[in-house]
Amino acid sequence: MNELANNALANSFAFNNAWLIPALPFFSFLLVGLFIRPYSEKLAGIVATLSVSTSAALSLWLAFDYFSAFPAGAEHPALVSWSFQWLRYNEYLVVNVGTLIDSLSILLMVVVTFVSSLVHLYSIGYMKGEDGYGRYFTYLNLFTFSMLGLVVAPNILQTYIFWELVGVSSFLLIGFYYTKPSAVAASKKAFIVTRFADLFFLVGILLIAVVGYNLMSLFGVPNGLPENVSAFDFAFITNSGVSTMMNNFGILTPALILIFIGAAGKSALFPLHIWLPDAMEGPTPVSALIHAATMVVAGVYLVARLFVTFAASESALLVAAYLGAFTCIFAAIIACTQNDIKRVLAYSTLSQIGYMMFALGVASATETLGYTASLFHLFTHAFFKALLFLGAGAVIHSVHTNNIWNMGGLAKKMPITNITFLIATLAISGVWPFAGFFSKDEIIAAAFGNHHYVIFAIGLLVAGITAFYMFRIYIVTFLGKARSEAVDHAHEAPMTMTIPLMILAALTAVVGFIHFGDYVSVASIITGDATGHAEGGFPIWIPALLSGLTGIGIAWFMYGGEKDRATAVTEKLGVIYRVICAKFYIDEIYQFITHKIIIRFISTPIAWFDKRIVDGGVDLTGWLTRRSGATLSHLQTGQTQTYAAWLINGVIAVVVIIWLYAS
Amino acid sequence: MGLVSWLFILPFVTALAVIMTPAGRSDLVRKIALAGTSLHLLLTGYIVYKFIQVATFSGEGVKEALITQLYLVEKITWFESLGIQYFVGLDGISLFMVVLTSIVIFTGILASWSVVERSKEFFALLLILVSGVFGVFVSFDLFMFFMFYEVAVLPMYLLIGIWGTGPKEYSAMKLTMMLMASSALILVGFLALYHGSGLETFDLIEISKVHFPIAFQNWVFPTIFIGFGVIGALYPFHTWSPDGHSSAPTAVSMLHAGVLMKLGGYGALRIGLYLLPEGAQNWALFFMGLTTINIIYGAFAAIKQKDLKFFTAYSSVSHCGFVLFGIVTLNMIGVKGAVIQMFSHGIMTALFFGLIGMVYGRTKTRIVTEMGGLAKVMPWLAVCFYVAGLASLGLPGLAGFIAESHVFLGGFIGNPWTDATTMRVLTVIATMSIVVTAVYVLRGLGQVFQGPLKEQFKTITDATLTEKISTGVLVATLAIVGLAPWFFIDLIEGAIYPLINRLSLNANTWMTF
Repeated sequence: MNELANNALANSFAFNNAWLIPALPFFSFLLVGLFIRPYSEKLAGIVATLSVSTSAALSLWLAFDYFSAFPAGAEHPALVSWSFQWLRYNEYLVVNVGTLIDSLSILLMVVVTFVSSLVHLYSIGYMKGEDGYGRYFTYLNLFTFSMLGLVVAPNILQTYIFWELVGVSSFLLIGFYYTKPSAVAASKKAFIVTRFADLFFLVGILLIAVVGYNLMSLFGVPNGLPENVSAFDFAFITNSGVSTMMNNFGILTPALILIFIGAAGKSALFPLHIWLPDAMEGPTPVSALIHAATMVVAGVYLVARLFVTFAASESALLVAAYLGAFTCIFAAIIACTQNDIKRVLAYSTLSQIGYMMFALGVASATETLGYTASLFHLFTHAFFKALLFLGAGAVIHSVHTNNIWNMGGLAKKMPITNITFLIATLAISGVWPFAGFFSKDEIIAAAFGNHHYVIFAIGLLVAGITAFYMFRIYIVTFLGKARSEAVDHAHEAPMTMTIPLMILAALTAVVGFIHFGDYVSVASIITGDATGHAEGGFPIWIPALLSGLTGIGIAWFMYGGEKDRATAVTEKLGVIYRVICAKFYIDEIYQFITHKIIIRFISTPIAWFDKRIVDGGVDLTGWLTRRSGATLSHLQTGQTQTYAAWLINGVIAVVVIIWLYAS
Repeated sequence: MGLVSWLFILPFVTALAVIMTPAGRSDLVRKIALAGTSLHLLLTGYIVYKFIQVATFSGEGVKEALITQLYLVEKITWFESLGIQYFVGLDGISLFMVVLTSIVIFTGILASWSVVERSKEFFALLLILVSGVFGVFVSFDLFMFFMFYEVAVLPMYLLIGIWGTGPKEYSAMKLTMMLMASSALILVGFLALYHGSGLETFDLIEISKVHFPIAFQNWVFPTIFIGFGVIGALYPFHTWSPDGHSSAPTAVSMLHAGVLMKLGGYGALRIGLYLLPEGAQNWALFFMGLTTINIIYGAFAAIKQKDLKFFTAYSSVSHCGFVLFGIVTLNMIGVKGAVIQMFSHGIMTALFFGLIGMVYGRTKTRIVTEMGGLAKVMPWLAVCFYVAGLASLGLPGLAGFIAESHVFLGGFIGNPWTDATTMRVLTVIATMSIVVTAVYVLRGLGQVFQGPLKEQFKTITDATLTEKISTGVLVATLAIVGLAPWFFIDLIEGAIYPLINRLSLNANTWMTF
């Protein structure tokens, strides 16, 4: 903060008031939820949309000011523009809630506010006439606030706080249609699965914070950090001296793997991915916002935020790389067999997040191209995936079905949706000049450049599979002839829905040309050239593009013609096809573990044990007391002789005891 | 009479006023009760204001204190020959508990607005009970402490036995018997302290200046800890709680789970930890094991429950485990967490039981599988229920998170007298409850409020005004504590220093008499 005095940012309104970016949606959440919603549902939508749009404008302003002060290619420092001591556990464990401004948080802020305001706008049309319209916008505001709070967090506990809030808002939005049992089940599943992962995240935080606290109370604050640093601060955790010391104590890798499991839960990496496809039960704009562009990339964001620390532990990064790569191909294979348009998109999201994660994983302290590539892909994916979901929403809104085999021939009925969806499909398939081409290419190049050849091969293969399944749904949905009567009544979506589609399509077409590495990289921390686009040596883009084009060709061959060639292929695959179609039975395995094992072998016995043994013990004590009372009452005979006999016996006994004691 | 004495005199006077109302005027009865408790809320507010003015929360003197510093003290010799005095005062912990009790009784009165059967006796007993609770929280004489403790515990028998539901006689008897047995342990402990100190006084502050021999501490500490543990639902002495809570009427469950169970944690802290630090050190691991069982066992047992009240009672067993767990971490953060958890659980569980009463009043069933889709007809109650549920699963932004994060950090930081690895393993086991809690909360609430609405519930109405105020106050309290912890954290911390500092004292540096 000190060097800021003579810096252009010192006078920047957007920088000094960056807290407004998350705060505006929060105020709007309270205002809409408590006061506006009961009176005017319509106004609720407008206020909610305006607040998020203002945040978006502020984020762009902030990005402009920040990158003017620290231009492309220069060093991009992390600055805390506002902070507040929220909770103090002890002198080194302090939670300073605040806004951390660096290129990573600006990137996420821009993406989140931008996509969120478009989704708000789109929802005004999409949700029109729905029961609970105002409630919907309240939740949407809450989500936007939580997500923004997460990305600006300067310490890991704030990240965790908003991480949980994001989970709850996602739960509320997935279960928006709360009278529908499948939506209720999906919302619970999403919350509990991510909560399970958060448990590891929490333990990871506890471990890292407590060891950090112990280090500081033994050796004092590490060099180069301010006196009032807290063990929760990212500045502390990513400090190289601290990582080295933690590594020496042998806790760095376990702590990072625990944190990574939390990230894997939120980002739906295998085997914690099961909640995401079910989450499609929520309204479609919600899927576009939460389950494509923002919340699911929180895990990628977290690993990127802690990248320097991860880089200090080779094994933690390798876990990220291989789990990412596996999810990437695993989800892509499943996506080829699904018939629900939203589920195909959900699996494609899983697969794309796999790309981002393995890109981070293949990067290292010296070779950081993967870091830039991962965030570049996060950036471009947010636009084209939101576009795909919103396009799918427009289609579903119009034909009232999710099954692609009940669609077909929609290109003529919905021209804008058709063109924009096609642009997004080309982008995700990695076709030049759309955004996905550049970012995916960079990821594959990063894997190759750092000698991860297996991951490189997976990346290349999945590029083709992606193109195949995306064109499969595009062809079946928009081309050919109508496959059901619903299509006859289809019509183009209203303006509030098509405008966001067009804006996103335009962005998808151009953002790839940004020289991204100049803005977002970690080169400033570690030596090594992090910029550049697969330059020099072997031109990776040629095989990547070829792989994509092959995928498109196969999709065209199987689904483009009049003849049904797909059925023959599925029949040939037989069992393999059925296993893939059933999503490798992962859900059934979970069902077995939770219901058969946890409920039947833990919960039921405990409830029984409590009722019969522990409580039985208490009842037994009561019963014994009553019985002994009843037995002893027989002694009260009312006969003086009996009493006298007992009296004498008693006296003798006492005398004997005293005599024994005395001798 | 000083300010602090009014804390328990006011409810008692209100109870007398209630008794003296003419027969058959239940509307007047509840208005008097409400006026009394509202006034009490104001009084509490004023006392907080006064306390903040006179008390110091930080600085070297506070950080190194060995003896609890009391404020707004009133001390009069009562029975000189026995060493009994009238001794009341406040420190940060007591103040915090007083605020909790005041809020819970206020909302409890509002939640029992519809009680008409023998309402005079009902409200009078409720107010006498709460007057006993206030007495315990402000007494610093062991004799007074015990007397008020009994005043707080006994009316429960009548309240459950007369106004309860289901197997109420059985539950009332079981609850009373178990609590009486625990009182006997507490009494033994108190008398041991009285005689063991050699001072012939019940003055808690005077006794705290004595260093008891280790052998003495080793048997008195568990006696007292288990004695208070019974009312704090320590495993395996928690079984009065599910039956008692499920049979009790709404306001009684609210007070009982919200406030009375806190007497356990408070006593264990104030008497056990404060007077017998070395006993605590030697027994810490044993009780940490038991309370870990509490936390996990209660949560797993809650999953299987079908009755909303049983469900909340088991969840209380789990959450009260955090209180006792925090105490036996024997470090600042953990004990702070225990105190915050007492408050947060008190508010949360009062809200739960209040809401269950309101829902039951409308649906005439507490079995979750018989409900469904109720959010449609009772949106207010549904939102409040979800807030309570989210607080209980430790959602940041609500009180539960502040408490649980302290307890977990405390468990991880450890102390010099307990094996660090064992403590961390137990803490990790305890953290698992956050997932199990999520499972039972979402399952239970989902079955009640989500899904298709049943035909017979279509005519149900949402909360009335009194119910809205009652639940609204509790929800707001949960949110304030969760969002703005910096308000009160220093206040609690200042009161905990003496408790913690005594732990690390060496025997020969103690003041001896």
